[in-house]
Amino acid sequence: MRFEGKHNHTWRKIKSALACTIAFVSAILVILPLGLVFFYLLVNGIGSVNWDFFTKLPAPVGAVGGGMANAIVGTLVLLAIAGVIGIPVGVLGGVYLAEYGSARINSVLRFLADVLNGVPSITWGVVVYGLIVLRFKSFSALAGGLALGLIMIPLILRTTEEVILLVPNGYREASLALGVSRWQTIVHIVMKTASRGIITGILLALARVGGETAPLLFTAFGNRFWNHSLTEPIAALPLQVFTYAISPYDDWHRQAWAGALVLVTGVFCVNVLVRILTRGRGASPL
Amino acid sequence: MENLVMPSDRIAEERVEQPTEVPSNDEAAPASTFQVKNMSIWYDEKRAIQDVTLDIASNSVTAIIGPSGCGKSTFLRALNRMHELTPKTRMEGTVLLNGEDLYSSTVDPTVVRRRVGMVFQKSNPFPTMTIGENVIIGLRLNGVHDEKFLNERLEKSLRMAALWDEVKDDLHKPGTSLSGGQQQRLCIARTLAVEPEVVLMDEPCSALDPIATAKIEELINELKATYTIVTVTHNMQQAGRISDYTAFFYLGRLIEFGPTTTIFTNPKERQTEDYITGRFG
Repeated sequence: MRFEGKHNHTWRKIKSALACTIAFVSAILVILPLGLVFFYLLVNGIGSVNWDFFTKLPAPVGAVGGGMANAIVGTLVLLAIAGVIGIPVGVLGGVYLAEYGSARINSVLRFLADVLNGVPSITWGVVVYGLIVLRFKSFSALAGGLALGLIMIPLILRTTEEVILLVPNGYREASLALGVSRWQTIVHIVMKTASRGIITGILLALARVGGETAPLLFTAFGNRFWNHSLTEPIAALPLQVFTYAISPYDDWHRQAWAGALVLVTGVFCVNVLVRILTRGRGASPL
Repeated sequence: MENLVMPSDRIAEERVEQPTEVPSNDEAAPASTFQVKNMSIWYDEKRAIQDVTLDIASNSVTAIIGPSGCGKSTFLRALNRMHELTPKTRMEGTVLLNGEDLYSSTVDPTVVRRRVGMVFQKSNPFPTMTIGENVIIGLRLNGVHDEKFLNERLEKSLRMAALWDEVKDDLHKPGTSLSGGQQQRLCIARTLAVEPEVVLMDEPCSALDPIATAKIEELINELKATYTIVTVTHNMQQAGRISDYTAFFYLGRLIEFGPTTTIFTNPKERQTEDYITGRFG
């Protein structure tokens, strides 16, 4: 055996530097859009983000001022309805996949959940439109919340399953060996151990559907005023941004920028919250 | 003695009369906690235990030894039906716990495990709980909510596990903040808190240093006054130090069983002697 020649070594160094540079540039390209989007939103939107924006209803065309208070509250209401539907079904489904069922049925369920995750979100809007809106002959907050909830289910299901599978089997065995029943073990030992991960999955799912516009077009529909009943149309921030952005009025365009800025900031805050939650216990995702 | 009333505490509705005398030729034979008859266990198609018959004496330490894969852990886990957690297991034969059939169709495995506790190789205190919570979680999840009773049991269990003096001021700290040996004693305290009749131990010291091991061994010696203890060990010297009886398993069969002194000084079977003297395994 002999040491390799100098030429060979230099060439290797060049290759390594080249690969490193390409990887670095790619990483910058990934972060760049986020920076640009945020910067652009900030430049265009910050001027219209004021107290009125958070507290006032939209002003009529031509009138100056007004805000998106109804849309902000509307998005929160829609997320609450979506959560009521999506969180229990998603979490319990994830528990089933991780703890019960046979390997064959579970792999089918897992595959179907992944397919559902890939369904374009407007499809959910159309489905709920056909099932709910047409039947009750009205756009409604409930229909909008349902559409968002259905999108959340497979997202939460898969993350819940994954974090529950990360809980070491030793904890299950220790609990069962104390004469604790299977269900109690799952609820009080396994889910408690995985709770950070489950909550993280729920928050990320909420952040994801909070920015959805397409499924709300045929369901929540939007509303320029306060919503007084869940069976009536309701405003939502992304929907309002969409409506304002395609309008021909400069004033509405500015409001749309502000709405988008608030929405992105909200999603950003949720993600930061998730980071804080998951950092508490080292690198463990639990 | 406290009377903890748990509705489903007893294995079957009608409790079988406890045999007062164990049939045996030897008059001085101690009472048996377990009577295992013709036990065979399969994992799927693979036979892990073949036709094992063995009585485990009350208030004694029985060590199960043998090379890896000989079925000793499976045998231990079959004594509180933990082996059933592995899918596709099948069991034949009978296991009597103080005269009651553990595998009778009316018996709930959960209740079996309440009466036959288990300590594992790797200490596993629940990471989300404090030291105190770890000890009483078994009682809590079994429906005991009387705080005074739980506090008494907490102290009693930690004292029995020889851990009280070390942790009495830190009961609110996480269970995982303790050292390895302390964690294992915490797991023993957790098992003792539900007051089982038997404590099974699956290589309880194999992950511990010699000092922590010595403490656990001393503890096992104290616990046998109150409990029947069955322990699996890879360590011959340990089996010799702590156990009253030793069972040697090889390839799923019980090769030899008897008082530890006999097994170690005068084994009947060649295989036992070879294993103990370190010629294989």
